[in-house]
Order: sequence, then C-alpha cells, then structure tokens
Amino acid sequence: MTEEKEWPLWEVFIRSKAGLDHKHCGSVHASDAEMAMESARDVYTRRSEGISIWVVPSNAITASKPEDKESLFEPADDKIYRHPTFYDIPQGAGKM
Amino acid sequence: MADLSKKDALVQYAAQIGDNGLIIGHRMSEWCFRAPTIEMEMALMNSALDLIGQARELYSYAATAQGEGKTEDDFAYLRDEQDFRNALLTEVPNGDWGDTIVRLFLMSVYNKLFFSALADSKDAELAAIGAKSLKEVTYHLRFSSEWMIRLGDGTSESHNRVQKSVDNLWVYTGELFTMTDAENLLLKDGISVDVAALKADWNQNIAQVFEQATLTVPADGWAQLGGKADGVHTEHFGYIIADMQYMQRRYPGCEW
Repeated sequence: MTEEKEWPLWEVFIRSKAGLDHKHCGSVHASDAEMAMESARDVYTRRSEGISIWVVPSNAITASKPEDKESLFEPADDKIYRHPTFYDIPQGAGKM
Repeated sequence: MADLSKKDALVQYAAQIGDNGLIIGHRMSEWCFRAPTIEMEMALMNSALDLIGQARELYSYAATAQGEGKTEDDFAYLRDEQDFRNALLTEVPNGDWGDTIVRLFLMSVYNKLFFSALADSKDAELAAIGAKSLKEVTYHLRFSSEWMIRLGDGTSESHNRVQKSVDNLWVYTGELFTMTDAENLLLKDGISVDVAALKADWNQNIAQVFEQATLTVPADGWAQLGGKADGVHTEHFGYIIADMQYMQRRYPGCEW
C-alpha cells in the first residue's frame, strides 16, 4: 500500500445568490470533506461571492476527453434547426 | 488604581480587548508566505484580518471615548510595550503549525464566549462590536477545532506534537479569566464581561473537542500572568512591536 502524501483534490461550486445555480469556481486540496468545505470558504468566498458551497471529490467526476471533441460536439454545429429560432412569437406573448 | 475614572476604565477596557486581537492577528499574519499550503495561508490570513479588524474598531472606540483627538493608529503604532494589555497567550511565538493551531483554538474558545457576552453589554458600541466579532470568532473556532481533532487524532507524530503544544501553552490560559480593575469597575454598570464566570464553559468546550481529538486536558496549575493586568510581557513581545511599529517610528505620521 502506498502512503498518500498529498491531500486529495476537491472541486468547489459556489451559489452566488438565492435562485441561481451553483457554479464551478475552482478547486482546493484538503484531507477530507469538512476541511475542503472550510478551505473553499476561505479561498473562494472572502469577497462575499457566495451563500452556499458544494465540494465534490475531483475523482468522483467523470469528464469527457478533449480528443473526443469532434465526435461528441461538432455534429451539433450544423443543426441550427435545434434552436427554437424559427417560431413566430404571437404578439400577445410580449417579449420572450 | 483607587481613582480610576469610569472614562479611563472604558478606554483601557476597549483598548485591552483590541490588544488581544491585534497581537494574535499580527502573530498569525507572520505565517504569510510560510503556511504549509495555499489554502491554509488563506485561512490564517482571513482570520488574522478579522482579528486586526476587531482591534481597529475597539481602538477607534477607545480613542473616541478618550476624547484627546487620537486615532486607532496611535493605539496600534505609538504605544510602548507596557501600554499593551493583551493576554500573554496571544503573543507567544508561532512555533510549528500545531502550536499556532492550539493558540488559535484556546483563544477562539475564549473569544466566542467573550464576544457572546460582550454583545449583551450595556455599552451600545461594545455590544455592536461584540455581535459582529462573534460571527468571525465562531468561524475561527470551527476552523481551529477541526484542526485540533485532525492533529490530535491523526498520526502518533501529530498527536504527540500537538499534545506538547497544549501542555506548553496551558500555563497562559489562566490569565484569560482574571479581572482587571477596569473590568471590575465597568462590571458594576453591566458594561464589561465577567470573564471569571466564563471559565466553566471554557473548560467544558475545551474538553469536548479534546475528547474527539484524543488529547489530554492538562491540570490547572500555576498560571503565568502579567500582560493583561500590568503590561508585563514575555521576552517575545518587543520583537512584535519592533516589527509592527517600524514604519510609524521611522517615518512619524507616514500614510499610504
């Protein structure tokens, strides 16, 4: 068994105000979830950026690979009909 | 001290609470660029700035109460060693990470009880400072408690070292619960906090965290006094103000 010398990495998500989503804002190294929470508070909310924090172990996140970009995302580029831009908005609906 | 006026007592009292914040805050700021990780550096600097901010408010209030046209800067930068009435615990050197955490923990348990009580002061300004500071020191307590538990209940190395830090610093804890003449005088008007009465809760709060941290609470023995009552400091104090006051002493009145 190898001894862990480095603290694990945690991804930090901050909700800036009620009603908004938590947004990824960075990461911290910490020994466990509680310490990660405190470090996230100290590093990412010191200028009143947030009212709620999530911390997630970085290794719990499954990420898409950069080299898959062509097959995953580019096929959507020429499908403009997937955007709801072809509808006429009834006058009574006002601004959307 | 028989002739201590209420006004002088209030000035002394506000300044003395401020001294605790300024001196431990300054000590913690000495970790800047030296903390074990960037996260811990941010944590210590945030807390240091909270404590120095508390000192600023208390010094400003002391200056106003004194009515001699002085400012917070006169209190921080132009007083001599014996004028500072901080508890000696706040001025002991940083030592290793464990020493710094233990000092912050012992002080934060006290600060939480103290500011919680100060928030009920009959003096509106002190009550407001107490209520604001309480939120800050509650976080310092949370941060330092979590570290106490991880160091104490960590490896045998961390356990032994942090227990040694506790044993070394314990002698300075008794002073926190002594009453000065100013405190006794102001207590009659419900302005000051009866710190002697905080000791039982302090012991209980310490014991709770120590139990989780598998640490042993040292027996209360002889207590080192001097800073709070008489401005008689440890040999380390002169270096703190030499460093802290250098700019104002070298360039009197300098501003930036």
